[in-house]
Amino acid sequence: MMGGGPDEKDNAVGVRWPELGVALLLVLLAVMVIRDSLRVGTGWADDGPRAGYFPFYIGLALLLSAGWVALKQLLRWRAHEPFAERAQMASVWAILWPMAIYIGLIFGLGIYVSSALLIGYFMLRHGKHGAALTAAVSLGVPLFFFLVFERWFLVALPKGPLEAYFGF
Amino acid sequence: MDELQNLFHGFGVAATLPNLGFMLIGITLGVLIGVLPGLGGANGVAILLPLTFSMNPTSAIIMLSCIYWGALFGGAITSILFNIPGEPWSVATTFDGYPMAQQGRAAQALTAAFTSSFVGAIFAVLLITFTAPLLARFALKFGPAEFFAVQLLTFASFVGMSKEPPAKTIAAMMLGFALAAVGMDTVTGQLRMTYGHTELLKGFGFLIAVIGLFGIGEILLTMEEGLAFKGKSAKINFKVVWQTWGELIKHWKLFLRSMAVGCWMGITPGGATPASFMSYGMARRMSRDPQSFGTGRIEGVVAPETAAHAAGTAALLPMLTLGIPGSPTAAVLLGGLLIWGLQPGPMLFVEQKEFVWGLIASMYIGNIVGLIVVLTTVPWWAAILRIPFSIIGPVIIVICAIGAYTVNNSMFDVVMMLVFGVMGYLFKKLKYPLAPMVLALVLGDMAEASFRQAMLISQGSMSIFWSNPLVGSIAGLAIAMLVWPLWGAAKSVARQRELRAGR
Repeated sequence: MMGGGPDEKDNAVGVRWPELGVALLLVLLAVMVIRDSLRVGTGWADDGPRAGYFPFYIGLALLLSAGWVALKQLLRWRAHEPFAERAQMASVWAILWPMAIYIGLIFGLGIYVSSALLIGYFMLRHGKHGAALTAAVSLGVPLFFFLVFERWFLVALPKGPLEAYFGF
Repeated sequence: MDELQNLFHGFGVAATLPNLGFMLIGITLGVLIGVLPGLGGANGVAILLPLTFSMNPTSAIIMLSCIYWGALFGGAITSILFNIPGEPWSVATTFDGYPMAQQGRAAQALTAAFTSSFVGAIFAVLLITFTAPLLARFALKFGPAEFFAVQLLTFASFVGMSKEPPAKTIAAMMLGFALAAVGMDTVTGQLRMTYGHTELLKGFGFLIAVIGLFGIGEILLTMEEGLAFKGKSAKINFKVVWQTWGELIKHWKLFLRSMAVGCWMGITPGGATPASFMSYGMARRMSRDPQSFGTGRIEGVVAPETAAHAAGTAALLPMLTLGIPGSPTAAVLLGGLLIWGLQPGPMLFVEQKEFVWGLIASMYIGNIVGLIVVLTTVPWWAAILRIPFSIIGPVIIVICAIGAYTVNNSMFDVVMMLVFGVMGYLFKKLKYPLAPMVLALVLGDMAEASFRQAMLISQGSMSIFWSNPLVGSIAGLAIAMLVWPLWGAAKSVARQRELRAGR
């Protein structure tokens, strides 16, 4: 057991909530799998096993194993083991939300413009790079990918209004 | 000597000029992937897979497998020069590799690492050359029950051998199976677990899962560690290489042992990472001077690198002969074969001789090319690592997003990639193993199909799994693997009781 002093509580996020949360999520998924397997039938039809035959047991095994993890966590609820430090969580968060927004932006702006924005934001905010370098990389990388995919490999990626303006 | 003849024919297929070019591209991309954080063998191959759909399967698989060799080589560079394992299997290489670099012996460490990787791989390729045809011929006799038993053994050995808690290994694996079952049931045509969402009709693509779990998940972990690359630089010249080789020959016993460990762990789905740790541990235990390990011993580089590369290569043996991959990257390659309409398994050796032997021959050439490439280009790779993460990070996210999109041309997949990424991060932090989950996702449909076929034959009776000695012994071994952790738990309980009683 790692120490459970008050300092550690302040600096680190405990493992118990994430552990329990993930285990319960898996239990929920297991219940969904079992429910749907029961819907399509877990038994035996004229022509052999029905569609839910195999997934039903998969769901059951998932339920048992995830339930076991959740139960074990509840039994030693008082033990303080760190999941990650708060500062570490903050830096994970600092890349997670721009990533989510980036994927949201692709729907509207296409992948190239969104990529330029993501790289640009990240370089300015976290790398403190100069404007010239930031502009060069954040414009150059999407442009490179544009040439590789749209021109050479002829793979169409999501495009937005800017590409439409240039006739792509 | 049929094998030799086939192999020579294979060299004829592999050693054409375009294929050699693809090898060079593959190796270079592979080393790059191995060096960059967040991109690794499995997700690197997954991202590049869609780009190869238009190529002919032999060239495509040669390039993709070369990416894999490259990634295996590349992991060593970051471990030794920067003390950052570029790949999980090169963690053990940092123990002695980085101290060697700190003492100014980076060139020796790198030469030792590359040479060991090469030797390990070549040994595993030799093993594949001579045992794969035998194994395939043997597996031709397999029926659905035998196939399911082998698959069961594969998954059971994860439970038995993994360091992670067994409950979490089973949970991760079952999640993989459950995700694989989503979508249309291939036998009855019924929709399963889609809950009315048409996007789920085709199920969860394992390529998306791999890109998310390993790519995005790794980026999040890298951010958490908040790493700034501070590394040693290295130049390798011919004299150092020559001297190091002279020194390495003295460790031939170590090589043999590490190769054996690696091949064993690669064929059974232990994978390259546990193989490298096991081999390092054995080298230290059997050394006359165990204390000096961790301070820059060349054996501490040789042992894990040989084993990791042998395991990584040997993982292709069950993939080709039985259709059961021994590692996540082999699983992705298997997925590629399926997309090209090549069904891995014993029939592959009968029906696609040219493809199989071309691939095996390319493993020899690919590793030789790889060794030369990495020995000559080390300083450039080290320079790439000096690019700050604030630039590399978002670029890798962009690459992952493009890779996820190109699999099915669907934005839904890109969103799923992010979900899998967060899941990968949480799973890594909470010690759920990712490898069994990916394998279950890839093999899920196949395992289910063979299970249902077996059940059809036996009219629903489980007794088919011990109906003959072959299937019985495989199934028995699988059960033994499954209960192995219980035995360990029982032993530790008994020991605690004894301690308490003795007090």
